[in-house]
Amino acid sequence: MDTSMLLVVGLLMIAVAYFAGRTRSISLASGVGGVKNLNSLPFYYGALTALWCGIPSFILLAIWLIFDDFFIAQIIVQTLPDHVKDMSDAELGLLMDTVANVAQNSTMGLSTEPHILQAAERLSALQQTNQMAMTVAFLSAGIILMLAAWLKIHTSMRARVHVELAFKWVLLGCACIAIFTTIGIVLSVLFESLKFFQAVPFTDFVFGMEWSPQMAIRSDQVGGSGAFGAIPLFAGTMLISMIAMLIAVPAGLMAAIYLAEYAHPKVRNIIKPVLEVLAGVPTVVYGFFAALTVAPFLRDSGAIIGLDVSSESALAAGLVMGVMIIPFVSSLSDDVITAVPQSLRDGSFGLGATQSETIKKVVIPAALPGIVGGVLLAVSRAIGETMIVVMAAGLAAHLTANPLESVTTVTVQIVKLLVGDQEFNSPKTLSAFALGLMLFTVTLILNFIALQVVKKYREQYE
Amino acid sequence: MKQSSNNSTLDKVNQSLARRYRAEKRFKAYGIAAILFGITCLIVLFTDIIGKGHSAFFQTYVYLEVTMDSEQLYINDPSDPQQIAAADYQGVIKAALRERFPEASSRRDRRALYALVSNGAGFKLRGQLEADPTLLNQTIGLWMLVDDDVDTYYKSRGEDGESGFDGRLNEKQIGWVESFIADGYMESRFNTTFFTSGDSREPEQAGILGAMAGSLFTLLVTILLSFPIGVAAAVYLEEYAPRNRFTEFIEININNLAAVPSIIFGLLGLSIFIGFFEMHRSIPLVGGLVLTLMTLPTIIISSRAAMKAVPPSIRDAAYGLGASKMQVVIHHVIPLAMPGMLTGAIIGIAQALGETAPLLMIGMVAFVVDIPGGVTDPATALPVQIFLWSDSPERAFVERTSAAIMVLLAVLISMNTLAVWLRKRLERRW
Repeated sequence: MDTSMLLVVGLLMIAVAYFAGRTRSISLASGVGGVKNLNSLPFYYGALTALWCGIPSFILLAIWLIFDDFFIAQIIVQTLPDHVKDMSDAELGLLMDTVANVAQNSTMGLSTEPHILQAAERLSALQQTNQMAMTVAFLSAGIILMLAAWLKIHTSMRARVHVELAFKWVLLGCACIAIFTTIGIVLSVLFESLKFFQAVPFTDFVFGMEWSPQMAIRSDQVGGSGAFGAIPLFAGTMLISMIAMLIAVPAGLMAAIYLAEYAHPKVRNIIKPVLEVLAGVPTVVYGFFAALTVAPFLRDSGAIIGLDVSSESALAAGLVMGVMIIPFVSSLSDDVITAVPQSLRDGSFGLGATQSETIKKVVIPAALPGIVGGVLLAVSRAIGETMIVVMAAGLAAHLTANPLESVTTVTVQIVKLLVGDQEFNSPKTLSAFALGLMLFTVTLILNFIALQVVKKYREQYE
Repeated sequence: MKQSSNNSTLDKVNQSLARRYRAEKRFKAYGIAAILFGITCLIVLFTDIIGKGHSAFFQTYVYLEVTMDSEQLYINDPSDPQQIAAADYQGVIKAALRERFPEASSRRDRRALYALVSNGAGFKLRGQLEADPTLLNQTIGLWMLVDDDVDTYYKSRGEDGESGFDGRLNEKQIGWVESFIADGYMESRFNTTFFTSGDSREPEQAGILGAMAGSLFTLLVTILLSFPIGVAAAVYLEEYAPRNRFTEFIEININNLAAVPSIIFGLLGLSIFIGFFEMHRSIPLVGGLVLTLMTLPTIIISSRAAMKAVPPSIRDAAYGLGASKMQVVIHHVIPLAMPGMLTGAIIGIAQALGETAPLLMIGMVAFVVDIPGGVTDPATALPVQIFLWSDSPERAFVERTSAAIMVLLAVLISMNTLAVWLRKRLERRW
């Protein structure tokens, strides 16, 4: 049976286990005077049997599926001729790919070397055996455990307690996925980055002024040695994020102030969702808009007044990114402004201040920590934004502070390095993970500070 | 003494009053300006996209009388399906074009002439012949797809026949097109190809069905995984979790993950799912897994808020009747919180639908012509298709990109409307 079939059969098995357990508890109950004399409701006996049947066998299946390819490959490699075994890991991997291909579409005539053909035959045979063994192990584990649980059912068994405990552990497991995700992110970027830093020193990466990630195909190639100095990328990211924040913070903050303090509730109920549409537009759409409308517009209007604007200018990407972030800033600021107690405003009005004076001198200072937190979150959003810059910003790494020129960002380079054909373990590919590590660290720090600030602020007025 | 100082304070206040009111007005105007700016951007964005994309919903067709000459088609046995499938349909179309414009005699002119009709037009002919083999050796009139350059020209030329965008068309080709138009042999119809076919290098044959199917399968995986897991995590944190360091650690993790850039999740998918678990590249299953991890924080946070809104008195009443904790949660808390949780889930899924960057990382940017049939077929997704098309140099792809964006936005807006409606309709206030 193939794996998807096995999953279906497994689910059926669980259903059978549930009904078997439930029926058995009811029939046992009839011997002691009805269901009311059972320790738990019949549902719990069924659920317990199903849990015993399902959870261990599915865990077994998962472990089997993760490791079987590895062991099969090991066995195949063991039986290869000696001159093949001595090859480097990369070559061996390539060879194994060929073997797998030959095994899959048996006579494609890719390779006629006898040891590959033999290995391919052995591979298909092993895979069949493996599939069979897996099916047998999975089904027998399920059935044996189901029978054991079924036999153990008796009227005073505390099925409810067991089931509730299992339920709680499953819930805890789901909650822990967040932790595993974080660990997964850290491990995935960290390991590849460490490999990268073995090839390129950390200081060269962080303080280097030149970025041109080519690696030599031949050692005597002109310009063959790549330069992995990330300063131009950091500067480009900063420049575009700064332009975006220059748009988003004033516009978002003023919009939030107007909506929270001045606008009639009816107006507010219409305007707020309309502004939030801006946040719901996918970033790829903004990227298209920036690249095909805003950038040409800026270039043409620059030409009219005699400015030389690049068609991939930082300004176009930054402007559009700023528009995208407006609703983000405004909804976060709106939350904190409305959280400022009315008594503070009333006190200020009582002293004769106008509304704008109250807002400027009382409400904003009181809400400042929350606003700062929101702005920090917006900055981390701008730094990590990918599609707008991929589509509208440049690819060449210029170190410049002129927003009319083309710059590139960390995210653009990650996409550029990892999309399309790539050789694993070349510094060029690995550098993308190092950039990812930088991006993750910076956004993590920003988010952490922002969340702490906002949390402190909330507690202050609760 | 006292009198005069009072007077002077009042005077000061009165003097400054006009200035203060002006400041007040200015401040209010800034607020209105900020809102107008946001709304203007929204309007410009939408009008720009719609203005560029609306024409892609129509496609130009040309009427040709084609003789299904069996010799030209190399068919000697019409009952053999293999012969019919492999016949040279483009050849008979070329013959029909030569017949219509005998003046195109040089090699170059002929090539220019053949370029007017899409090189996918032969498939239509094959379909006709497969459906009705008796058409062999007969002359039939057919509306056929034109090449994208002709399509762009026809759409941009207007009624008077002036100022069409000729792009790569030469003088003679324009003459032929005008001759077709003068005879009424060229017309614009609703572009069904756009909704019924996969990607193509030729703009006139490119459609979004493949990308839509890819998005659908990706989202299916995302929904099936993220909603149950998200709700379960929220139940644990809201109903079970003791207040200790570990719980706090989980909460910090969730809040941080909600703000991690999406491209980082792509890196995670690339090195864990593809690198470590050796799953295939470009398949919706991996895309769905990555988007699940990305949307989980959103769903957990909104589900927790929905559960928090269920009043404790309901839990207490259920406990009072002897319900166990699991029964309280499954029978009472979750059903009552369901509208709020669904709203959060729909918003999270809508976000996932518009996400592009992580899918680029796991290789869902491949050029896929076939319509995927499952979660393990190579596929691309709608936003990625938009990204791919926007890179294409052909002018006809610009309108198709905009049209694909319109479809994407329409789906997103209806999802969000559904979420709002659901919240309004089912939400209970306690």
